Amino acid sequence: MSVHKVCGTETEYGISVRNQGDFNPAIASGLVVNSYAGERARVQWSFEEESPGRDARGFGVEGAVVSDYDSALVNVVLSNGARLYVDHAHPEYSTPECFDPLEAALHDKAGEVVMARAAVAAGTLLDNEQRIGLYKNNSDGKGNSYGAHENYLLSRDLPFSEVIEFFTTFLVTRQILTGSGKVGAENGRPDVAFQLSQRADFFEERVGLETTLKRPIINTRDEPHGDPSKYRRLHVIIGDANLSETQTFVKLGAASLFLAALEEGALPDPVALVDPVTATWQVSHDLDFRFPLALEDGGSATSLDLQWQYLEWLTKYSELAGPDPVYDRVLAQWEELLTDLESDPLSLADRLDWAAKLRILEGYRQRDGLSWDDPKLRALDLQYHDIDPERGLYYRLARRGSMRRLFMDGEIERAVAEPPELTRAYFRGRCVSRFSQSLVAANWDSLVFEVGEDTLKRVPMMEPLRGTKERVDSVLSQAADAAGLVRALGGSNGRTGTEEGPAEGN
Amino acid sequence: MAEQERKKVQRKETEAESEAVQPASSETAAQTTDKIDELLDEIDEVLEENAEEFVKNYVQKGGQ
Repeated sequence: MSVHKVCGTETEYGISVRNQGDFNPAIASGLVVNSYAGERARVQWSFEEESPGRDARGFGVEGAVVSDYDSALVNVVLSNGARLYVDHAHPEYSTPECFDPLEAALHDKAGEVVMARAAVAAGTLLDNEQRIGLYKNNSDGKGNSYGAHENYLLSRDLPFSEVIEFFTTFLVTRQILTGSGKVGAENGRPDVAFQLSQRADFFEERVGLETTLKRPIINTRDEPHGDPSKYRRLHVIIGDANLSETQTFVKLGAASLFLAALEEGALPDPVALVDPVTATWQVSHDLDFRFPLALEDGGSATSLDLQWQYLEWLTKYSELAGPDPVYDRVLAQWEELLTDLESDPLSLADRLDWAAKLRILEGYRQRDGLSWDDPKLRALDLQYHDIDPERGLYYRLARRGSMRRLFMDGEIERAVAEPPELTRAYFRGRCVSRFSQSLVAANWDSLVFEVGEDTLKRVPMMEPLRGTKERVDSVLSQAADAAGLVRALGGSNGRTGTEEGPAEGN
Repeated sequence: MAEQERKKVQRKETEAESEAVQPASSETAAQTTDKIDELLDEIDEVLEENAEEFVKNYVQKGGQ
């Protein structure tokens, strides 16, 4: 049986300070996070349950990985259940746990709004000529990359070897739909004028625990943020940050369906590439979508062939699973993208970031007679991702009606403030809104309250699908304060609530 | 690869698509050019003035 595919994204934003070339990115990122959080209810993140060094293949490597959190002194939880923080030298936004890929795509967009407002707030503290720029991309064009990770709830019963065996080729070939486009190549890959993905050049291993060097296609971090006997959280690090709403939706939706089908044993034999690492950049560098990827079975197939194949299998799986408005929409959208890609790739300029960007670049090349090494093209590439709504080229396109939207601005605005209602993010977000004075720490699977007693009260939330609006709204509305909430949850001895989650039976 | 199955999905979509995508593809080439020219004019106004400096200064270390 598959577990419900709770999902979310975590995005590191590129940061620059205009007219200050030697700025310290960690300090500037801290300024951004603090400026946003400063004017709202803020709660400190707790690292108690986090173990980024645990390996899903079973061999824990205590101390083998440099802590991700050395620079993460600035780290807050928002009223929508999201986490806003400094990771390494970037401001980062983790969406709350979302019930489905459509909601996750919405919260991913809400993250852009939060970041844009944070940059404006931070800018008021700087000199007049300075301006903080934030970029939702994954590369500086000089060999440095930063991540846009996806998270999917998996059953612990699924052997991790099957994720490696089945999911690798899917991730490599989906880049034709998930890329945000980039001028040039990096990291020693063959030179190219333009490629589909921001990230592809940086993947050097098939499988591994690293996220900052020798990046693996399948990341093995085993940190479930939930009951470890029941769940895994698959940490996918090989995606691009997308501005296109369609793209984020299809990226998360197709992967969720794939993983659900894998858990159900509904996929035929795995399709294995002879060399997935090389194939990663080959797919990204292939603007004709015709490059034959060598398969272990002796044959070959293009990225497009393989995506059609996966669509076919997942369509069959979903027919068996029964109708679902969100996943049916994923499949219809996916099919439309592949069809258009086959007939006229640039017709996707209203749905895929790489195509939208390429259309602009080709427009400039034609009008101004620019060669591919002209700095103006790299500037356009970069500015596509600027999340300032006035300067960012994506936002310019969206306002002109040149990008298809999935969400109304009002929906995104709501997601900036309100948590998802069908996951434990609801409980977290509401507690931030209601009890921030008493909420001393929060993380994905617990909240810690100071209620004026000898010990702090910890409320575990080990079940991502509990703590929902339906389950906790009455207890939240009846609690006059945090002490009342903790009492109502049934705890009085330091470990409040139950291991399963707040305020509900089974 | 299961080539036949793949073709089947494709055909199914191509039929559906011929209705859905008609309006967009009926746009003339001249209209499309107009639109891209307008778009580039708009971008000209917001594009960083010194592209070379802007690109050179954008350095991001320490990412995942």
